[in-house]
Amino acid sequence: MSFTLEESPTTGHEVITNYTINFGPQHPAAHGVLRMVLELDGEIIERVDPHVGLLHRGTEKLIEHKTYLQALPYFDRLDYCSPLGMEHSYVLAVEKLLNLEVPLRGQYLRVLFAELTRICNHMLNMGSHVMDVGAMTPNLWLFEIREDCLNFFERASGARMHSAWFRPGGVHQDVPQALLDDIATWLDDRLPRLFDDAMSLVIDNRIFKQRNVDIAKVSKEDALAWGFSGPMIRAAGIPWDLRKSQPYDVYDRMDFEVPVGTNSDCYDRFMVRVEEVRQSARIMKQCIAQMPQGPVASTDGKVSPPKRAEMKQSMESLIHHFKLYTEGFHVPAGEVYVATESPKGEFGVYLVSDGSNKPYRCKIRPTAFSHLQAMDFMCKGHMLPDATAILGAIDVVFGECDR
Amino acid sequence: MTVVHSAPRFASNDGVIDTLAASLGSMLTSAVEQHGEIVLTIARGEIENALRILRDQHEYQQLMEIAGADYPERAERFDVVYMLLSVTKNHRLLVKVHAAENTPVPTVTTLWPNAGWLEREVFDLYGVIFEGNQDLRRILTDYGFEGHPFRKDFPLTGYVELRYSQEQGRVVYEPVKLNQDLRQFDFMSPWEGADYVLPGDEKAEGGKA
Repeated sequence: MSFTLEESPTTGHEVITNYTINFGPQHPAAHGVLRMVLELDGEIIERVDPHVGLLHRGTEKLIEHKTYLQALPYFDRLDYCSPLGMEHSYVLAVEKLLNLEVPLRGQYLRVLFAELTRICNHMLNMGSHVMDVGAMTPNLWLFEIREDCLNFFERASGARMHSAWFRPGGVHQDVPQALLDDIATWLDDRLPRLFDDAMSLVIDNRIFKQRNVDIAKVSKEDALAWGFSGPMIRAAGIPWDLRKSQPYDVYDRMDFEVPVGTNSDCYDRFMVRVEEVRQSARIMKQCIAQMPQGPVASTDGKVSPPKRAEMKQSMESLIHHFKLYTEGFHVPAGEVYVATESPKGEFGVYLVSDGSNKPYRCKIRPTAFSHLQAMDFMCKGHMLPDATAILGAIDVVFGECDR
Repeated sequence: MTVVHSAPRFASNDGVIDTLAASLGSMLTSAVEQHGEIVLTIARGEIENALRILRDQHEYQQLMEIAGADYPERAERFDVVYMLLSVTKNHRLLVKVHAAENTPVPTVTTLWPNAGWLEREVFDLYGVIFEGNQDLRRILTDYGFEGHPFRKDFPLTGYVELRYSQEQGRVVYEPVKLNQDLRQFDFMSPWEGADYVLPGDEKAEGGKA
């Protein structure tokens, strides 16, 4: 912290001019490892310089040294709050290069669990956003829902967080009917009850509104120019949702609404997420109702591995299994940029293939990078405590931002 | 080729290349459509003008990403790829320029404010210089990092490692020491173009000579 003391020319008293402070990297409201250098005039923020990269692990470089299948689990570890959302972009990018068809049940399962991931992610984000501006209880209540989500992930994939369950060609394993039934009951009963309960504490709360309404208003033009996406651009009043406008998997069969904000402030960003949780629940119910029986992964033996039972009988299956788990599959040369609507916004993968079994280049487009860059522009003129509200409403996770 | 994959479906590419080629004129050096994506290559010095035309006349309002890529065998070894998105036309575009270490690329921070960090990232990881970017600092790597780690000739393990030194009471940097060699298994089938010699094969070659 540095101060500059000067004599006031009129009164002769000492005045404090601009000074800089470090926000983070260990501050609980910094959502991980963000370091922000704030230049303050009193309590008014003059300039923000976010320093990112403290969690940089070189994921993209590591992926270049792995086969396409081995690269998949790295995506879980990007945005560790919504792992399946990250995997979704990657598997679609690989499938686009391969021009690989995914069986219908596989597509439904992916959409179902992508939406469960969205609920799971929003629980964490809304809870921590509320906690950043001073309330403790809703966070604890929302974690109960998040715990349910993680249990469902565990029952589907065996892992609570790093599922590695979406695979090029479909999903890794089918889910038992009992799990789908339990999710359906949970959507009908427990989720709305717990969620509405927690939201009743927050959304009309006077303190919460005082901390969020009219904070960091962003115009439509600015939202476009700064590369906003997801709830950030929808809160600015632009009805842009990749699930609607550029549908992938079976989103075009789903009936859901895209919530948009009217005031483009932190409160709107929060409320957009609240409504998205309800819409996600709606999509999940449709998925469970419509889901057909059938294979969950591509039947192309050159890409997706055979069932274990088949390997005991069929020589060809055994060879396919061996080849897929050593050499991996080859992907035709070319480049694609595939972006999906992850819970935080547009999450893209720019995949360059040279025809071998490893990606030549895999550029990951994190959502938080563009949003965080706009911190300076959004914080300017606001008070120091508003910075935490703005940061909470961005929904930033550093595994993804720093890669 | 019929499209059977289920990746995001945006507006049709029909006629887009012709329209953009007419409008970009000589700035455009090549335009291809592959795997359902349109990739335009622009002369390096004209990238800012070309992107301005795409933004102002063709409604590509958003710059979603700038990616670098390294092809060491080429004279101008780097690709800088700009991903554009039109929210009104619901269309995506990949715009590319080629660059070498010593050939700066004009900045596009004049068009999109979020290009600043994206260019910093390409500079940090590949060493491509963006002329006119006022704040070309490193962004993802450590303070005081040397080299550009995503170049293909930069080793995966890096050159330095750091640890907390109890004696000096601070974090110290040391050359990388690996207790076990980094294992790079090559599972490419020997029948499909593996370029290594299988152990033992050199004896047969040696016997002939």
